[in-house]
Amino acid sequence: MDLSVFHRRNKSQVNEKDIIVTSNFATQLFFSYFKELVGKEVTVELKNDLAIRGTLHSVDQYLNIKLENTRVVDQDKYPHMLSVRNCFIRGSVVRYVLLPQDGVDIDILHDATRREARGG
Amino acid sequence: MASAGPGLESLVDQIISVITNDGRNIVGTLRGFDQATNIILDESHERVYSTRYVLVNCDLLPGLLSNALIGSLVQNSAISNKFLSWCLKEGVQQLVLGLYIIRGDNISVVGEVDEELDARLDLSNLRAHPLKPVIH
Repeated sequence: MDLSVFHRRNKSQVNEKDIIVTSNFATQLFFSYFKELVGKEVTVELKNDLAIRGTLHSVDQYLNIKLENTRVVDQDKYPHMLSVRNCFIRGSVVRYVLLPQDGVDIDILHDATRREARGG
Repeated sequence: MASAGPGLESLVDQIISVITNDGRNIVGTLRGFDQATNIILDESHERVYSTRYVLVNCDLLPGLLSNALIGSLVQNSAISNKFLSWCLKEGVQQLVLGLYIIRGDNISVVGEVDEELDARLDLSNLRAHPLKPVIH
């Protein structure tokens, strides 16, 4: 996966379409990154300690996440979502997103974030 | 951009289960929502989870039946589920709320309720600690 492509794409998007001028590139970077993970199996841990595993269906600019075929990691302790198979998780309550092993290329991510930090 | 973002369009007029930041679980029909995840819920009710046993039909039972004692009786299968449901309030209580608007800031999860699965849930035997509140 080549994140430098996303980097360029994001910059041009912001210039061309004048989307949220104040949007910072770092958010855009992770938004793009999560979009690449769509279809993969992830575990989302929330700030109330609930952890939900499912297939990543979509992400938006707030990093709200939609999961399909969800199951709560500790169902005995948290039976609150037993009848839920698809869910929407508000980005503001996400603590961690645990990625699949093959969904992470640390070197590329390092490079891209450094570039962001330098200001493009 | 984000053409197929995770909006709530697909859930409108469906039954959803909302978990709020203070750990409450509200189930109802989604009537509307906006950018900030503010939502309008119709015919909603709250599901209150607890691990405590609440005595009904109390006059027939000695007042000294404490929660701890009942808990241990249940664990040792000394009393049957039938008896439990007769003398104790159901595990998950449902409080009718009606039409509710929930501010997006207070929403953690919006789940699409699978009605078939939900009908199969035995709420009277479901016991759990309440969810923890979200700590930012």
